[in-house]
Amino acid sequence: MNVNQSIPPVPPFGQPQPVYPGYHQSSYSGQSGSTAPAIPYGAYNGPVPAYQQTPPQGISRALPSSGAPPASTAQAACGQVAYGQFGQGDVQNGPSSTVQMQRLPGSQPFGSPLAPVGSQPAVLQPYGPPPTSTQVTAQLAGMQISGAVAPAPPSSGLGYGPPTSLASASGSFPNSGLYGSYPQGQASPISQAQGHPGIQTPQQSALSQASSFTPPASGGPRLPSMTGPLLPGQDFGGPSVSQPNHVSSPPPQALPPGTQMTGSLGPPPPMHSPQQPGYQPQQNGSFGSARGPQPNYGSPYPAAPTFGSQPGPPQPLPPKRLDPDAIPSPIQVIEDDRNNRGTEPFVTGVRGQVPPLVTTNFLVKDQGNASPRYIRCTSYNIPCTSDMAKQAQVPLAAVIKPLARLPPDEASPYVVDHGESGPLRCNRCKAYMCPFMQFIEGGRRFQCCFCSCINDVPPQYFQHLDHTGKRVDAYDRPELSLGSYEFLATVDYCKNNKFPSPPAFIFMIDVSYNAIRTGLVRLLCEELKSLLDFLPREGGAEESAIRVGFVTYNKVLHFYNVKSSLAQPQMMVVSDVADMFVPLLDGFLVNVSESRAVITSLLDQIPEMFADTRETETVFVPVIQAGMEALKAAECAGKLFLFHTSLPIAEAPGKLKNRDDRKLINTDKEKTLFQPQTGAYQTLAKECVAQGCCIDLFLFPNQYVDVATLSVVPQLTGGSVYKYACFQVENDQERFLSDLRRDVQKVVGFDAVMRVRTSTGIRAVDFFGAFYMSNTTDVELAGLDGDKTVTVEFKHDDRLNEESGALLQCALLYTSCAGQRRLRIHNLALNCCTQLADLYRNCETDTLINYMAKFAYRGVLNSPVKAVRDTLITQCAQILACYRKNCASPSSTGQLILPECMKLLPVYLNCVLKSDVLQPGAEVTTDDRAYVRQLVTSMDVAETNVFFYPRLLPLTKSPIESTTEPPAVRASEERLSNGDIYLLENGLNLFLWVGASVQQGVVQSLFSVSSFSQITSGLSVLPVLDNPLSKKVRGLIDSLRAQRSRYMKLIVVKQEDKLEMLFKHFLVEDKSLSGGASYVDFLCHMHKEIRQLLS
Amino acid sequence: MATYLEFIQQNEERDGVRFSWNVWPSSRLEATRMVVPLACLLTPLKERPDLPPVQYEPVLCSRPTCKAVLNPLCQVDYRAKLWACNFCFQRNQFPPAYGGISEVNQPAELMPQFSTIEYMVQRGAQSPLIFLYVVDTCLEEDDLQALKESLQMSLSLLPPDALVGLITFGRMVQVHELSCEGISKSYVFRGTKDLTAKQIQDMLGLTKPATPMQQARPAQPQEHPSVSSRFLQPVHKIDMNLTDLLGELQRDPWPVTQGKRPLRSTGVALSIAVGLLEGTFPNTGARIMLFTGGPPTQGPGMVVGDELKIPIRSWHDIEKDNARFMKKATKHYEMLANRTAANGHCIDIYACALDQTGLLEMKCCANLTGGYMVMGDSFNTSLFKQTFQRIFTKDFNGDFRMAFGATLDVKTSRELKIAGAIGPCVSLNVKGPCVSENELGVGGTSQWKICGLDPTSTLGIYFEVVNQHNAPIPQGGRGAIQFVTRYQHSSTQRRIRVTTIARNWADAQTQLRHIEAAFDQEAAAVLMARLGVFRAESEEGPDVLRWLDRQLIRLCQKFGQYNKEDPASFRLSDSFSLYPQFMFHLRRSPFLQVFNNSPDESSYYRHHFARQDLTQSLIMIQPILYSYSFHGPPEPVLLDSSSILADRILLMDTFFQIVIYLGETIAQWRKAGYQDMPEYENFKHLLQAPLDDAQEILQARFPMPRYINTEHGGSQARFLLSKVNPSQTHNNHYAWGQETGAPILTDDVSLQVFMDHLKKLAVSSAC
Repeated sequence: MNVNQSIPPVPPFGQPQPVYPGYHQSSYSGQSGSTAPAIPYGAYNGPVPAYQQTPPQGISRALPSSGAPPASTAQAACGQVAYGQFGQGDVQNGPSSTVQMQRLPGSQPFGSPLAPVGSQPAVLQPYGPPPTSTQVTAQLAGMQISGAVAPAPPSSGLGYGPPTSLASASGSFPNSGLYGSYPQGQASPISQAQGHPGIQTPQQSALSQASSFTPPASGGPRLPSMTGPLLPGQDFGGPSVSQPNHVSSPPPQALPPGTQMTGSLGPPPPMHSPQQPGYQPQQNGSFGSARGPQPNYGSPYPAAPTFGSQPGPPQPLPPKRLDPDAIPSPIQVIEDDRNNRGTEPFVTGVRGQVPPLVTTNFLVKDQGNASPRYIRCTSYNIPCTSDMAKQAQVPLAAVIKPLARLPPDEASPYVVDHGESGPLRCNRCKAYMCPFMQFIEGGRRFQCCFCSCINDVPPQYFQHLDHTGKRVDAYDRPELSLGSYEFLATVDYCKNNKFPSPPAFIFMIDVSYNAIRTGLVRLLCEELKSLLDFLPREGGAEESAIRVGFVTYNKVLHFYNVKSSLAQPQMMVVSDVADMFVPLLDGFLVNVSESRAVITSLLDQIPEMFADTRETETVFVPVIQAGMEALKAAECAGKLFLFHTSLPIAEAPGKLKNRDDRKLINTDKEKTLFQPQTGAYQTLAKECVAQGCCIDLFLFPNQYVDVATLSVVPQLTGGSVYKYACFQVENDQERFLSDLRRDVQKVVGFDAVMRVRTSTGIRAVDFFGAFYMSNTTDVELAGLDGDKTVTVEFKHDDRLNEESGALLQCALLYTSCAGQRRLRIHNLALNCCTQLADLYRNCETDTLINYMAKFAYRGVLNSPVKAVRDTLITQCAQILACYRKNCASPSSTGQLILPECMKLLPVYLNCVLKSDVLQPGAEVTTDDRAYVRQLVTSMDVAETNVFFYPRLLPLTKSPIESTTEPPAVRASEERLSNGDIYLLENGLNLFLWVGASVQQGVVQSLFSVSSFSQITSGLSVLPVLDNPLSKKVRGLIDSLRAQRSRYMKLIVVKQEDKLEMLFKHFLVEDKSLSGGASYVDFLCHMHKEIRQLLS
Repeated sequence: MATYLEFIQQNEERDGVRFSWNVWPSSRLEATRMVVPLACLLTPLKERPDLPPVQYEPVLCSRPTCKAVLNPLCQVDYRAKLWACNFCFQRNQFPPAYGGISEVNQPAELMPQFSTIEYMVQRGAQSPLIFLYVVDTCLEEDDLQALKESLQMSLSLLPPDALVGLITFGRMVQVHELSCEGISKSYVFRGTKDLTAKQIQDMLGLTKPATPMQQARPAQPQEHPSVSSRFLQPVHKIDMNLTDLLGELQRDPWPVTQGKRPLRSTGVALSIAVGLLEGTFPNTGARIMLFTGGPPTQGPGMVVGDELKIPIRSWHDIEKDNARFMKKATKHYEMLANRTAANGHCIDIYACALDQTGLLEMKCCANLTGGYMVMGDSFNTSLFKQTFQRIFTKDFNGDFRMAFGATLDVKTSRELKIAGAIGPCVSLNVKGPCVSENELGVGGTSQWKICGLDPTSTLGIYFEVVNQHNAPIPQGGRGAIQFVTRYQHSSTQRRIRVTTIARNWADAQTQLRHIEAAFDQEAAAVLMARLGVFRAESEEGPDVLRWLDRQLIRLCQKFGQYNKEDPASFRLSDSFSLYPQFMFHLRRSPFLQVFNNSPDESSYYRHHFARQDLTQSLIMIQPILYSYSFHGPPEPVLLDSSSILADRILLMDTFFQIVIYLGETIAQWRKAGYQDMPEYENFKHLLQAPLDDAQEILQARFPMPRYINTEHGGSQARFLLSKVNPSQTHNNHYAWGQETGAPILTDDVSLQVFMDHLKKLAVSSAC
């Protein structure tokens, strides 16, 4: 949004277009206030107002100084200024402008005048940069200083503390505290980074440094610093709830700054107080409901006032940078959504409702549409025509997780039995009975909601209609009242017209030298003995119906006969790997409880038998083939658990050679690194799918194993790949065992076929995920578990009707763990729109990113990575440009205006672009890239969300007693304070970052060593200590692990340690070593792209 | 004549050799006119309890192309310590050890009574005997049980240090590892895939580990024995294990649907067995013992598909070229047999099933390697059980009656050349000066390999007289032949048996009487029969019969006394008198007639005919018939329908069957239970006598014959009726009602008719 420009319109827009409002609000919020919708901005708004009040002045000053640009919108300017400085709030504008500024040094000084930058830069530059830096720094400094200085903190604490505490009482509290810290951090880096000339810089730097380092020195001050953070918190909390507090708080703020930095700070305080008051009203009015607290903004705002005071100096020099705090913050958005939508259950009865974000905990009530846990769409309002869709470029996609696990308080889908005739379906399109079907003629017929065909209601299904045309029994039948339910399938739905036998699990263990040497085999065998008691079972079944089999292999395969009647297990060696077969029929797949003794004896002997093996070569394809053949012989579906260590170089089908070649990176041939080496794997996968044989691959490589090729079969059969590089029992045991346990125990649907039907007008055209397709409509999944997701893209093939909307029905035919054949149906109704604005208002950025990431990750198979990246950027720019052109109020092209629902698109997209697959760093191996690539392919929205934008949790900022998860901070180095400890997780990795000047007591209570220097870098386990902090941290780690589908191994990283490089890789808002842009830079780049499109 | 009979007898007992002619025609032309070739039946390992082996090695002629062994026929210059080779006339120095030699101090090999002598070779590593069981698991439950018991029992009969191995097969082939504790291991192979020896060895891990590993570990040599020992272990070490393993053997678990044969991978199983031994113990005595209960139904070597509705090939199919798997299968087994022979191992086939088991295709495995072939109805019969047990019988020295990896080297004096051999052997393709260009049997070589042999294994060896008519042999000249058999004794020693014989030359024009008198018609019959059977393997049946007939007629023309065109005047001398009768029965025998026999049976009969000694062969050609009556002691009677009388009990021995046939009256008496009455004890004795005699035969014979106890009108009486000369048939039953025997319902010609025709043709000047 162009802060500047938008500002004026703001008030008007705010109302009409929620999206705008968001931005405007943020930027203008102060001014417009009225535009409530934008939650994130809400935060901004808060600050904005502050700006407005104070800024106006500042602005006015600034304007003059800057010249023309400010003139464009005086008011706006205020807003802008605010943005520019803080920015970011206004975020888009700010950043873009700054970026541009930076790029065009010439322009910078007077960026505003420059065309490209447009008005924004101009605005920003003049006001933004200088003020931000100065103000922010000033404020921050003030804050920090206050924190640092013993006396100061209390004051600040008081000032803010009270409010926060009060406000926080509502919940924002902790967050604020955390954030508080950031501002400081930010401030200092900014100032430094900016390296602004003139007085400001020195001052800033001095201040910042002082602030940043003083705390450590003081030691004790820590607490104060803690409180310091709270201040911002107040701001946050303030916006919605705590405003009153704020009001009170300002004074205290004023005091501290004043004391410390009279010159610069002086102004802020007054600003503050006024701001806040102004704030509240605005917020309440406009955003009240929608806005969440945004800590980041909070801090920036305070700066605004300073602005005013220091307009002059900043203008000339500072234009370079945007304040990161001012640009849209994922943390803020998430936090707002949590606060606003986490409390009420999400009722699915209404068509086209946008569900809460994936990061929000909410309860779903199924009233006719599938829960967002099953299906999430990129947009819940679909353009009526393909022209509109093309114009908007917003991909229409649904991310479907048909067997998603539900929280305990949500009921799993009801099972409906329609008897021998099978589920009732439309005769023409074969859609299943669902709540959207229209019963007519007194209930004797029904009209298909998908194809409009009129069908007879079979006599046994007949029921009268009530006066509204609804069946009397509608609420007694899940298929007429719920969005998700299951049908019992009849024999017609079974392979070979025979009900399936219960599935089988086959454990296939590499026993080559490497596997034995690392202790893997012994560990695994030991674990299996107990794990076999926990095979998935259905409902209240006494024991699992699943049968198990065992195979070991190196260059040859060893099958085991573990029939219960045998005194000892029998081993059968098959060396004919070129032409695999299963050497035994009876006794290979057995019931665990019946054959326990023999199995135990076998598992005892396997490690012994191969203890002195010297065989280093392994095969791969024949192993899977063997498992598949075994299932075929047993006439059942099932899953293979493959534990594999090395590149299969033994003479056999699927033999691979080492083709790892880093030189290919960034060439046209880079795609070959992602493609399988030979077609044998695909062929095999097809056979596996036909048999319903799913493969889970556990890799334990010491070197290159060609994950790209090995993962083909798991990928196409709906299986998972786990990779434990350089596996060592001591370090990786827990992770492996935990993954294994979860993987073995999880409920799986076998031999599944998924079909997505849509109402006329759109149709599913593309599918992403771990599956195989032999035609264009049926998604075949040899196995499907609760973590696997299929992303489906839709395209128009006709005009949609606004009234009838668009319907999706996802039908999944699968075999349950007990061998029951079932159909799971998910229905979802979406709105259709003729106005683009409606589309933009009902988008889901997380889902969009999920789709785009999968699209891009598939793209690298066929196109150069650079082309893929460019495509993404272009598409994103087009989406935003379209919005700007068609939905935003007219404004200067210099402003970056983002739709409220998509304001995080740039930051997330940037994360995707700089991910290992699309922009590998030097330390990322080819295998890692292939691994991640295939992993993302079947991730759901929540997983992609955290994977691309990791969560960074400060551990020592919130009081030890608080039981809730500490609020996250933005993933940027600037947010780290060297006096704190942070946890970072992205669903795969978990880091514990320890600042260099962490309190000794904390070190002692967490690591049981006396000083920072004694902490072992790379530690993977925290000592179990009986103190509140240790318990809390370990508890938090456990709960984080519980949230993710894979066990995250902990790595302790010390500040300034060499491991820190690894850690910094995940600070995605920063510039990455591999050349990935920082958030700010990228935002500017995006802006430029958009402007190019617009012009 | 008596002298010649004695001479022949004596020679046979001493040397195990019987010649068709004991005085040799001295020119090539004359020899060919004799019709019956100059040939001999050689039993290389004929048991000689009176002949202890000498503990040193033979002295060889120093001429590289000769290398004959010093023998009693050599001229020795005791003073100069020289000896002249009687084959190539090379003069040789005695080796130093013979320094003390003199007229009175002769080494054994120079003494005339040691025309056959056995040397023991001390050199060379001794390796244990190897027995590799290849067991079909697609059997009926009780069959399998019986087989398992037989196998378990056999473990106790094996020499304790012998190595044993076990391969089982059904749909898959399993090679069992015998040395493991706690878990039983086996290597499994798909039964449908032909594997090369190299592949098999790779898959069994018998090849040396990959080269990089080799460099890593210098202790390579020790690797080898341990590798091979996984599959072949000394009996004494693993007999408990193996007994358990055999006990746990289950029927092939793969389901066999209605209307299908079980899938049986005999071809692959054999191939793996051969490959296993090839890789581990080449040129060491080893028996691969294949036990199968049905035809191979899949993979290489399959004989019939698994559809029961398509029956296994019959002679009819073969003649019509309708046996679609036969050629391929035969090729597969021939390839295996040749490999096995090259490695010095032998393959036994024990096939027990009611239907055919594919012996026709597999016969070469036993034929070429000197293995046994046993055919029975079920493993659960005494026929199999006792036959199998008899393989492990021991001789008077306590040694097993089996020898391995023998090479037979034949040397002849200049007037003779070697035309070929027929028997359980393969050619070693050793060309030499004494190899004839004309082949009879397996020719073109002077050496053959006999991978498995026992004391009765007999080869027919055919010679050609090459002396030209115009180069008469001086009076008193003798032709000599030396047979050198090198073999591995069952005690694992290497031994060499040398037999040197000599016969007089005679000028056929002047001394035809001598030659005629020295004709051994029994040996000649067998040798001609072998030739005929050998031909029958590759030629059409009728052609062979025509050839035999022509030979017989020519022989009669040559040696008969008659007036031209006067059949009534035809006479043959005593030494030829039986020969036409042998030929008559040979023509009717299952060796040449396939009618009424399945291809498997024919193969089985021919297999045994080609390896048994003269006596047994004669029984096969012309079964022996004894008659028991109250009129006197049992007497041999004519194999003629006239011998079938109501008050007689007949005992017929055809080698493959022992038939006891009760005449009509006897059968009625027995039915009436007279034998149980004390006053008719003599009847009881009469009934018992043939049974006792039959037992005697049964005890001595290998393989155990089928024992048939039948009576007049019994269905099994066909075994007797099909053998006897049909002198009385429904066509010529002139003596109906008289006690002259039983009519045979056949259109076959009787011996009388045959002889009439023969006389007519012999005296005819037309041919």
